[in-house]
Amino acid sequence: MIKVQQEDFNLGQELAALTSGNHRIGGLCSFVGLVRDMQQGPEAISAMTLEHYPGMTEQALADIEAEAHARWPLEASLIIHRYGRMEPGDQIVLVAAASPHREAAFEACHFLIDWLKTKAPFWKLEETPEGAASWVDARDTDDVAAARWGHPDKKS
Amino acid sequence: MKILYFAWLREKIGKGQEDVDLPGHVTTVSDLLDWLADQSDAHQQAFADRASVRVAVDQRHAKLDDAVSGAAEVAFFPPVTGG
Repeated sequence: MIKVQQEDFNLGQELAALTSGNHRIGGLCSFVGLVRDMQQGPEAISAMTLEHYPGMTEQALADIEAEAHARWPLEASLIIHRYGRMEPGDQIVLVAAASPHREAAFEACHFLIDWLKTKAPFWKLEETPEGAASWVDARDTDDVAAARWGHPDKKS
Repeated sequence: MKILYFAWLREKIGKGQEDVDLPGHVTTVSDLLDWLADQSDAHQQAFADRASVRVAVDQRHAKLDDAVSGAAEVAFFPPVTGG
């Protein structure tokens, strides 16, 4: 299931709903991304605004989820990604994968967030307390993390 | 054809969307970039560093030599930074 939304989400409720009624699920793995502020002093982040591409964002996330289901025996999966303005400590993203066995749940969850970071059309704009805003640069380490899972046409 | 811009490309060009009538010789993403860059100084500056421009044709990630002929919507944006 894919949800692209402005509002916050309740982790417990979302995970309970994901597994409810499916007793083939033996393992559920989830990852939550939060707005981070690693800078101190004048470089501190006061807020972050997530821009997205309505339509393509949902399509890209659905493709990533479908790829996870093609690679691992999943019973259920969930991607929630927020957009709009958020502050340090706020939840940005949730990915979760459920499977009869833990290995598939762990791996699929890791895959979902790695691919999402390099393929889903979202852009972060950071604001400082002084009101200066700057677009976050993409990180090479994210490309490396995504590449470890190979490509859709070359399954690893 | 509808052209969309996101993040700093939108800011540099000064709009998030425009409708264009393409001349016949514009058949690939690369052709389209060349043609758009000639539309204004703002376009020229936004597309100056092509290594930092990504593209989607009809909401699917695309490459420079992919076709745009017949597409309804082409979007240009920086490398994504979600998650």
